[in-house]
Amino acid sequence: MRLTRKTDQAAVSNKAVLGLNRRQFLKSASLATGGIAAASMLGAGMMRKAEAKDIPHDTPTETKRTICSHCSVGCGIYAEVQNGVWTGQEPAFDHPFNAGGHCAKGAALREHGHGEKRLKYPMKLEGGKWKRLSWDQAIEEVGQQALDIRKESGPDSIFFMGSAKFSNEQAYMYRKFAAMWGTNNVDHSARICHSTTVAGVANTWGYGAQTNSFNDIRNAKAMMFIGSNPCEAHPVAMQHILEGKERGAKIIVVDPRFTRTAAKSDEFVHIRPGTDIPFIYGLLWHIFENGWEDQTFIDQRVYGMERIREEVKKYPPAEVANIVGASEEQMYRVAKLLAETKPGTIVWCMGGTQHHVGNANTRAYCILQLALGNMGVSGGGTNIFRGHDNVQGATDFGLLFDTLPGYYGLKTGSWKHWCNVWDLDYEWVKSRFDQEPRLGQDPMTSTGIPCSRWHDGVLEDKSKIAQKDNIHMAFFWGQSVNTETRGREVREALNKMKTVVVVDPFPTMAGVMHERTDGVYLLPAATQFETYGSVSASNRSLQWRSQVIEPLFESKPDHVIMYKLAKKWGFEKEFCKHIQVNGDEPLIEDMTREYNKGMWTIGYTGQSPERLKMHQENWGTFDIQSLEAPGGPAKGETYGLPWPCWGTPEMKHPGTQILYRTGREVKYGGGNFRARYGVEHNGNNILAEGSYSKGSEIKDGYPEFTDKMLKQLGWWDDLTAEEKVAAEGKNWKTDISGGIQRVAIDHGCIPYGNAKARCIVWNFPDDIPLHREPLYTPRRDLVAKYPTYEDRMVARLPTLYKTIQDQDFSKGFPLIITTGRLVEYEGGGEETRSNPWLAELQQEMFIEINPADAADRGIRDGDDVFVHSPEGAKITVKAMVIPRVVPGECFMPYHFAGVFEGKSLEKNYPEGTVPYVIGEAANTVMTYGYDVVTQMQETKVSLCQVSKA
Amino acid sequence: MAVMKFLCDTKRCIECNGCVTACKNENASAIGWGIQRRRVVTLHDGEPGEASISVACMHCTDAPCMAVCPADCFYRTEDGIVLHNKETCIGCGYCFYACPFGAPQFPKKSAFGSRGKMDKCTFCAGGPEPDFSEAERKLYGANRIAEGKLPMCAELCATKALLAGDAGVVSDIYRERTAARGAPGTIWGYTPTTG
Repeated sequence: MRLTRKTDQAAVSNKAVLGLNRRQFLKSASLATGGIAAASMLGAGMMRKAEAKDIPHDTPTETKRTICSHCSVGCGIYAEVQNGVWTGQEPAFDHPFNAGGHCAKGAALREHGHGEKRLKYPMKLEGGKWKRLSWDQAIEEVGQQALDIRKESGPDSIFFMGSAKFSNEQAYMYRKFAAMWGTNNVDHSARICHSTTVAGVANTWGYGAQTNSFNDIRNAKAMMFIGSNPCEAHPVAMQHILEGKERGAKIIVVDPRFTRTAAKSDEFVHIRPGTDIPFIYGLLWHIFENGWEDQTFIDQRVYGMERIREEVKKYPPAEVANIVGASEEQMYRVAKLLAETKPGTIVWCMGGTQHHVGNANTRAYCILQLALGNMGVSGGGTNIFRGHDNVQGATDFGLLFDTLPGYYGLKTGSWKHWCNVWDLDYEWVKSRFDQEPRLGQDPMTSTGIPCSRWHDGVLEDKSKIAQKDNIHMAFFWGQSVNTETRGREVREALNKMKTVVVVDPFPTMAGVMHERTDGVYLLPAATQFETYGSVSASNRSLQWRSQVIEPLFESKPDHVIMYKLAKKWGFEKEFCKHIQVNGDEPLIEDMTREYNKGMWTIGYTGQSPERLKMHQENWGTFDIQSLEAPGGPAKGETYGLPWPCWGTPEMKHPGTQILYRTGREVKYGGGNFRARYGVEHNGNNILAEGSYSKGSEIKDGYPEFTDKMLKQLGWWDDLTAEEKVAAEGKNWKTDISGGIQRVAIDHGCIPYGNAKARCIVWNFPDDIPLHREPLYTPRRDLVAKYPTYEDRMVARLPTLYKTIQDQDFSKGFPLIITTGRLVEYEGGGEETRSNPWLAELQQEMFIEINPADAADRGIRDGDDVFVHSPEGAKITVKAMVIPRVVPGECFMPYHFAGVFEGKSLEKNYPEGTVPYVIGEAANTVMTYGYDVVTQMQETKVSLCQVSKA
Repeated sequence: MAVMKFLCDTKRCIECNGCVTACKNENASAIGWGIQRRRVVTLHDGEPGEASISVACMHCTDAPCMAVCPADCFYRTEDGIVLHNKETCIGCGYCFYACPFGAPQFPKKSAFGSRGKMDKCTFCAGGPEPDFSEAERKLYGANRIAEGKLPMCAELCATKALLAGDAGVVSDIYRERTAARGAPGTIWGYTPTTG
């Protein structure tokens, strides 16, 4: 529909005209693309299946309850199935998260049942041609090549890229799978999503997850979004946010761009990308100056605020205005609003995390909430929105290069705990690993290679990496490599490896962006609608999904593919020791039961399959305000039993909706900050003082529970005889009977102890957050005062900081470039760009540029432009001239791929799998830069130049 | 007898396009690439005052399309839904010029984007063919009204911005909402403080 006819006018006006928005602009700029895509839509798929339109209306309908597989809000869906075909989708008005609502992606979910562009069967690239394989042959070849590489280069030469699209059960099994192969080179997109949050926040107060829930935002009186744009990234969260606003809450949006969320705000603060810490310190300056901090809360529950108070003195208003760009008046206004309007919540996403100081950014946000005393209350908290539907779960299950499931770490004790759960001999598991220390690091107990830098594991001089040899083969199991920066190196690494294996419903970039003619395998994985299992939403609730349809074409569920490979590699017996296997399919409920026996640290122990299915069947009994069931079979429980759901399923813990909430009994989901770092630091007590959860028998801080502590407290005899046997010599994390947890909770105590949150994280390179200018900064005048780190080894890889920052690129590349999301697409975009209902809405890759910068360059709206990277790459995209970005700053969405530096990759795809929309990947021109703790990549600030193409 | 209406609450609309894909999903049998019965229009894109509104056929009481159609292919159901007959539509495009909302759509697959049969939002009420018939599904898409359901776009709206149903009920909901939030300023979006 055209409200105004102006196909040609778009190119003559630099101003978006009334009624012409981003999408219409791009569509009019790209009628040709639409035409091509439409034509390719008509080309029949290789294997036609029954479609909805072939099925008469009166065919009996089965309704399945499932969960959207896009973002982490976790929207419920009623999927209607007739004759095995997904023919309808109905709103789940009774679902406690979304009440029937969906964004563009959720409302287009049924397209997953079409899968026109999916991989249809296993394939391999041979002599430049895609050749069809049988599953048996594919597993045999892939498996054998891995074994050959293992023999020559050791187990660490295989990289296991995992997925945030796995169910919890599959994520758990994949981590176990990598462990049994004998490597910690396993990771997934959480690395480039919220790894800095997990590290920074967990090190502040115990757990690195969203502390409250989407629903609880309804109860906030103030909300500050920093580097978060839920209108595009978590649209259904806006249902709760706008409800809160309509009840009177004030919304502050802090972002380099005037986002769609900013359009709903009361106050929009522009900050220069990469200045989050000075921004937060700028607020704290006013808070401390005016005595607006919550001193009682700080005295009882916070350690090290005095250090922060000292540091903040270095950030007076004028200095903050100079670094950040926000006015002194505005900073005061925002600080005052936050101080006077409580409870208030802070929401952050990738805008905060994807920086080389990401871990410190997340700690700074926490410190602000601690100073305001906004933690552990309804309407407060740090509502950290995760990205993918199960990135929370995949993180929890340790699909990470530095932990085992449940954040147990990689120390020998952690390995022994999991061997105990798996009922396997520790020595056998150990024997699977490389036994030699490499550059002083023991491969089994040291951090592996991160998702963000597997290509450096391939390309770096092997004498400089802390493992036996380079990576020679990688499984890209549900991950798009166009989400990784430094596109040229990614391509070079794909070219160089001996074998590339893609396991995915779609070919993805790992399958097509290389320049190989051989040695690439594509194994078709099924989506989550073709299997079943649990998924953890951002708010830590677990939701059970039912299977909607049978796997499409020849695709197989991920856990089946893992089992087949385990069999080829000869460890399928150990892999599924206590898991029933039907044919080649391990039983999903048994996986849940197995992790229930091991995930004590974060309370993934009470959520048995039976309890989760009961919640699934009773969506409508949970209240949308409180998430609790006032009656019905789940009476008193919180929807999805958000972790920690303590103890065994029989204990019937209701789950913990709001973390660290002292106003509630632990048995009803209350708690306090975790005692994770001992009881004292530099002679200071770091346990809580005079603060404890409601009903606690210990009316003060206390350390984490162990067998010895139970004995000292005289509570040992509360354990049953069997529990005593299991608990002897163990603690709350390793007692697999759950007895220690049960007894602690019976006495009103939380198993992990009661400590203060810490502002000082003494085990990190910066023990308090410090501003450091981005590696690629236009503010050369600030580099001397706020320098980055010295180059250093992080985990297994040498990592550059100073070497890069020392070079001045600001003359040739004067524009700051940042990246982000569009509502229609998700992640690397292969799946969503293959969905015609979505693809039609975003047909062109573009860059947002301010009218001033565009005029300086003779660029008009809709022009083709080059974006040049200081590292050499150059992409061709459309210019969107818009005041959403300020002069000197540009923005690109990162979901596009299929064009590489001006050249289409279309011919590299297997027939019939080219997505409806392709475009240049933003990350081709995004540059070097990694968080010093977690190896998060810096995608939110770099430099570029834009010129007319 | 109901009078069916849409209303988009612009203070709630976040331009997520859920309504657009919901429509594509539900009416996939009738509409292919290039036809969007519903669209989200954004005003002041990228500036304070930015506001979005989801627009489709408004099922006017005195519908200009109906008034100008030379083939007389439009009709109104007893629920006040404006529908048309694709068998008698001549694809002249007059309705497109008459419509204040740009609701009529024309297939874009053929050369020069030439007219073809007009397509527009049916309020998920199908067309003149028998309810749930193959012909109805292929020409018009879903018939949720006959199933006792409301249009998919409004049912799936992420923030409950888009309302559909009997005019009385819709206006009651909207009135309650605006009364509760005090409706500052205009009916459009919000204007944050900046700088």
